[in-house]
Amino acid sequence: MSFSVTEPSARQKLFAGVLVLVYALVTIMPLAWIIATGFKTPSDAIAYPPKVVFEPSLEGYVNLFTTRTRASAETLESLGEPQTWYDSIVRKNDMVIVGPSRYGERFLNSVIIGFGSTFLSVFLGTIAAYAFSRFKVPLKDDLMFFILSTRMMPPIAVAIPIFLMYRELGLNDTHLGMILLYTAVNLSLSVWLLKGFIDEIPVEYEEAALIDGYTRFQAFYKVVLPQAATGIASTAIFCLIFAWNEYAFAVLLTSGTAQTAPPFIPTIIGVGGQDWPAVAAGATLFLVPVMVFTILLRKHLLRGITFGAVRK
Amino acid sequence: MARIEIRNLRKEFGDFTAVQSSSFVIEDGEFFMLLGPSGCGKTTTLRMMAGLELPTSGEIFIDNEEVSQKRASERDIAFVFQMFALYPHMNVRKNISYPLVSQGMKRAQVKEKVAEVSRILGIEDILDRPVSGLSGGDRQRVALGRAIVREPKAFFMDEPLGALDAEFREHMAHELRSLHDRMGATTVYVTHDQLEAMQMGDKIVVMNHGVVEQFGVPQDIYDWPATMFVADFIGSPPMNFLKFEGAVEKGGTSIDLGGAFVEVPRLLEDARGQLALGARPEHIHFDDAASYRGKITATEYLGTTQIVSVDTPHGALKARLSSEQPARVGDAVGLRFDKRTLTVFDAGSGRALFSEANREVLGHG
Ligand SMILES: Nc1ncnc2c1ncn2[C@@H]1O[C@H](COP(=O)(O)OP(=O)(O)OP(=O)(O)O)[C@@H](O)[C@H]1O
Ligand SMILES: [Mg+2]
Repeated sequence: MSFSVTEPSARQKLFAGVLVLVYALVTIMPLAWIIATGFKTPSDAIAYPPKVVFEPSLEGYVNLFTTRTRASAETLESLGEPQTWYDSIVRKNDMVIVGPSRYGERFLNSVIIGFGSTFLSVFLGTIAAYAFSRFKVPLKDDLMFFILSTRMMPPIAVAIPIFLMYRELGLNDTHLGMILLYTAVNLSLSVWLLKGFIDEIPVEYEEAALIDGYTRFQAFYKVVLPQAATGIASTAIFCLIFAWNEYAFAVLLTSGTAQTAPPFIPTIIGVGGQDWPAVAAGATLFLVPVMVFTILLRKHLLRGITFGAVRK
Repeated sequence: MARIEIRNLRKEFGDFTAVQSSSFVIEDGEFFMLLGPSGCGKTTTLRMMAGLELPTSGEIFIDNEEVSQKRASERDIAFVFQMFALYPHMNVRKNISYPLVSQGMKRAQVKEKVAEVSRILGIEDILDRPVSGLSGGDRQRVALGRAIVREPKAFFMDEPLGALDAEFREHMAHELRSLHDRMGATTVYVTHDQLEAMQMGDKIVVMNHGVVEQFGVPQDIYDWPATMFVADFIGSPPMNFLKFEGAVEKGGTSIDLGGAFVEVPRLLEDARGQLALGARPEHIHFDDAASYRGKITATEYLGTTQIVSVDTPHGALKARLSSEQPARVGDAVGLRFDKRTLTVFDAGSGRALFSEANREVLGHG
């Protein structure tokens, strides 16, 4: 048997494995619960003791995407056989579909606002961080501190002034308004994170490019950006997660056109009693984009999350 | 192909002066060494020449064209950095072809050039490897490849071998020098290693604290240092200084070391106060008839030669003698100096006094 100083022993490995497994189970539980609830019928969802094994149903998802109304026996009779699979699900509860719900729109709003503000935060953050990292900026340290200080109180503390300001400017309940707001909140994080990443890139790379005949901008674009990709990706994930999940401002500043999914999802409960499966379905679908985005950038994230500590 | 001239070049960072009015000339095709201790302003000087830093004042001429305010890309030079600056996200081939692609050269031509350069450097077999896995030597070759592929007017190299281990350094230094001899392009090479500078350079400029102390061919700098700093910095062991209080006169041919007279080349100026007699270790010999005497304190055997430390009334000195010369610790010996290469310094300012022997090298009269 060989002995190694750096390689953990089998027992240590087992212990670490068990620990990770337990932690994973604990964190996955609520998620699994939500996903399962989405596929239950409303009565199964509130059954006591909770049902672990149940007959899956798409009622939650159908309810999520439709608005329905209760129909009398005569009306149902006069409609004849249900035309589609979702019709038949609804009919079982003596209801008829009267139209689509607003979930799709709200979801789209979330996508526009979430990705829009993420793009803007990362774009502005990268060029600002580059300038702070490479150029002589007067009062550099003070400016960096000022940028950070915008994060020293919870953003919601300024909710009222922002609400009043937005009303004056006509930015209430607009996509642009929400994108600007989330960008403003995320910018300090993005400038600080990205400055750290760009500081780590040796200036010699750009200088070599300058001597090779590139302009300053080309050097930035062709040499710095590819090397900052890790940092940019992880910063983008942090920004997206914040903008995607943000609830308080969304409740306050949006109600119609630009309402995002987080304030909308709870309102589903109100439609036709305790419709937990529809809420759970809404939440499940809402997780998908961030998950896909994170998985796509996972390779970068795993390296980037160490904030350069082991990138060498 | 380029002749480079620096006139009164100066660089300040805030209130710190990194380079103080330097002037020197690099002739076309020379292998030119910028030598000095760490922090003396070598890199700063080179960066100003390359256009990566703007001088506070002064002029830089490349082929008689004033370029000090021009962009780096307009100077047609190549820079090899102190740390290898290979683009980590590109493989070897891309790294080398990068400077050509940036000039908009055609693909086929780029390919041809890269093949030629990699043949010269012997790196054909690693062209498609990522740079991250390369050894230090290979990285340095790739960095050189990047520099020579463009056939620039001049190469600027900032301690290009600094990150290599001693044995390999020597090998690469050799490679570099023969590459230079084949291509004949002007090369400016920064180093803090005096041995490297002496071995490789056609000409050397020695800097200290941002000041050019001396500039010339290695032999002249070794034999006729302009300042005590140069005398001390170059040579191993360095030049010996016998410090004494006294006066010398213009036309004088010997100095009085506490009653013992030592002959020196005829002096061309007066000086008084704290003075120092400078003698290279190999220009000191044992001679029982000599009136200047000292006592052996240590010997260091180096094969064919030995370094003998001797205590004298004017301080310790080291002599490089043949190993056959008997030398026992504790022995009293007479010391004879080679007259031709002795230099008298003004110990206060550190400046060498002009004499018959060094007048030409130091440009006096
Ligand atoms: N951008 C800068 N801002 C302020 N001071 C600087 C800057 N660049 C260099 N210096 C200072 O100028 C002096 C000369 O630096 P330089 O890099 O030219 O030295 P060097 O001779 O190349 O030294 P080394 O052998 O360590 O590379 C140093 O004291 C350094 O701290
Ligand atoms: Mg340097």
